[in-house]
Amino acid sequence: MHVTSSVRPPLVTGGKKYEDVTQDICKQVEGAPSTAWKISFTFSVIIFIYGGYCLWMTWYDGIGMWGLNKTIGWSWDITNFVWWVGIGHAGTLISAVLLLFRQKWRTSINRAAEAMTIFAVICAATFIIAHMGRPWLGYWVLPLPNAFGSLWVNFNSALMWDVFAISTYFSVSLLFWYVGLIPDFATIRERATGIRRVIYGALSFNWDGSAKTWSRYEAVSLVLAGVATPLVLSVHTIVSMDFATSIIPGWHTTIFPPYFVAGAIFSGFAMVLSLMLVTRVLYNLEDYITIDHVESMNKIILTTGSIVGIAYLTEFFMAWYSGVYYEAFAFQNRAFGPYWWAYASMMTCNVITPQLFWFRKVRRSLVWTFILSIIVNIGMWFERFVIICTSLSRDFIPSSWAMFSPTMYDVGDFLFTFGLFFTCFLLFAKYFPVINMAEVKAIIKSSSEEKH
Amino acid sequence: MEKENSFLVGIYDDEDVLLDAVAKVRKSGVKIHECYTPFPVHGLDDAMGYNYSNLPIVGFLFGVTGTICALTMMIGMMGFDWPMDIGGRPYIPLPDFIPITFELTVLLCAFGMTISFFIVSNLNPWSTPRMFDPRSVDHKFVMAIDLGVNKQDVASITTLLKSSGASEVNKKSFE
Repeated sequence: MHVTSSVRPPLVTGGKKYEDVTQDICKQVEGAPSTAWKISFTFSVIIFIYGGYCLWMTWYDGIGMWGLNKTIGWSWDITNFVWWVGIGHAGTLISAVLLLFRQKWRTSINRAAEAMTIFAVICAATFIIAHMGRPWLGYWVLPLPNAFGSLWVNFNSALMWDVFAISTYFSVSLLFWYVGLIPDFATIRERATGIRRVIYGALSFNWDGSAKTWSRYEAVSLVLAGVATPLVLSVHTIVSMDFATSIIPGWHTTIFPPYFVAGAIFSGFAMVLSLMLVTRVLYNLEDYITIDHVESMNKIILTTGSIVGIAYLTEFFMAWYSGVYYEAFAFQNRAFGPYWWAYASMMTCNVITPQLFWFRKVRRSLVWTFILSIIVNIGMWFERFVIICTSLSRDFIPSSWAMFSPTMYDVGDFLFTFGLFFTCFLLFAKYFPVINMAEVKAIIKSSSEEKH
Repeated sequence: MEKENSFLVGIYDDEDVLLDAVAKVRKSGVKIHECYTPFPVHGLDDAMGYNYSNLPIVGFLFGVTGTICALTMMIGMMGFDWPMDIGGRPYIPLPDFIPITFELTVLLCAFGMTISFFIVSNLNPWSTPRMFDPRSVDHKFVMAIDLGVNKQDVASITTLLKSSGASEVNKKSFE
């Protein structure tokens, strides 16, 4: 039998029983949408439609609609791509890595975090496809037989690795998420009638909860977690190689893979917190997502934020210590050049403000956590902007030095992904169980206030 | 006889009671059809006498297939079908093939194993499951005894289930 120390604080408060868990989560799926949900959904759809118009114009007229120029060939597109992919890292980290480490507090947040991962990766993919300029030729990235003899894709290219990494990450995350959803859909199916029963019946994949199926399910989950863990680390490593394998000063750095992975976890957890703090209040989930959960996530943000901070300083040190003139110039330019404000925003948001989480009061304050999580998200966007845009803006030849100014289509395409993300997330929150009921029930005996 | 496709269903309120009950019922010689629980109960597969699933091995074999496919594809395309001289570097640069080999290994392992799981457990969107008690996916723990395979009479099995801690014992037949 499993023994849990009585000193350890309960993960699920309020003395919940198994039927209470079912009731608390299913009532969101079964009830009519709340006013807050309807307002948010309408707002998201409006942004989605406006952004969709901008994206359509970008596709129709080409990426000349963006503010790119001859010097700065990558800007908001790739910044937004890396930002969304980074956010997408928390979901699989929470469900896979924390499963391997037997961190039971993950059970309350893994479902929503994985959903966030999937939607964030879709948003990231939008920019990848849009930045190709001719999205209808997007399938050219695949190693397909073609009309040019058999000229294959170049497997030496980091961009090619990215295609495989992102698509594998998306499909495996979706699979992992769906396998976890099946038992919960069965719970909803047995409570539903009519057309809802048919739909949730199909979604629940004939699940009956037999001991044999559960035994296989557990074996599959463990192996999926085992393969998803290196997968999470590989994805942002490969994203960082898009830059690190080039020869642009400021990009050509061996520190990139670990530094990008830490930054991804940092921003992913911040986004999970921003979303879950709102969801927990709107859905009355205070007993499932407790202050202890928030504090645990804040500790991860503090740790990864500090790793990112050290990486920033290491980059500077190496720029000087390597003795490479161009590298040193790139870093001086970052901090003191025309984009100093972006660099200062990045440093403030990512390195300085998260240090407030050293204080227990701040870690356990919902208001502070929410504000800081938003600040981290802003800071991480600036980090990618600083890396991409400032490095490109000062070319090797001073005559080609340039600045970047976004057009309404840069902004609109970014808004499109926000609209897409929140529309998807709101639909998920309404029609899918936001908390993994089966997993929460499995920990309730050892980790709730109720004594057995 | 009325025993065809008819089951005795013991309902338990607690997973630990169910675990002890499974041991007790099996010891008395009654064959258990299956247990149904709302979440994975640790130790239930041992108590039921199930072996650990072979699915991880299936996953491994699919993973190896992924590795082989990835390497064959890249070496075949870049080394033989259309070799390209890129600055005099090797036609088959193995270190460059690591990321895609890894990704395809993971992809095939994950999908191969999960689809195998769906097939062996008969999980698919078009079937309707036989539910012995709808509460078994909510908060109750269910033990089903197939009356067709057990020689004991209904009354003695009912007494056995009751004495093992079942809060209810129901009869259930399927068409």
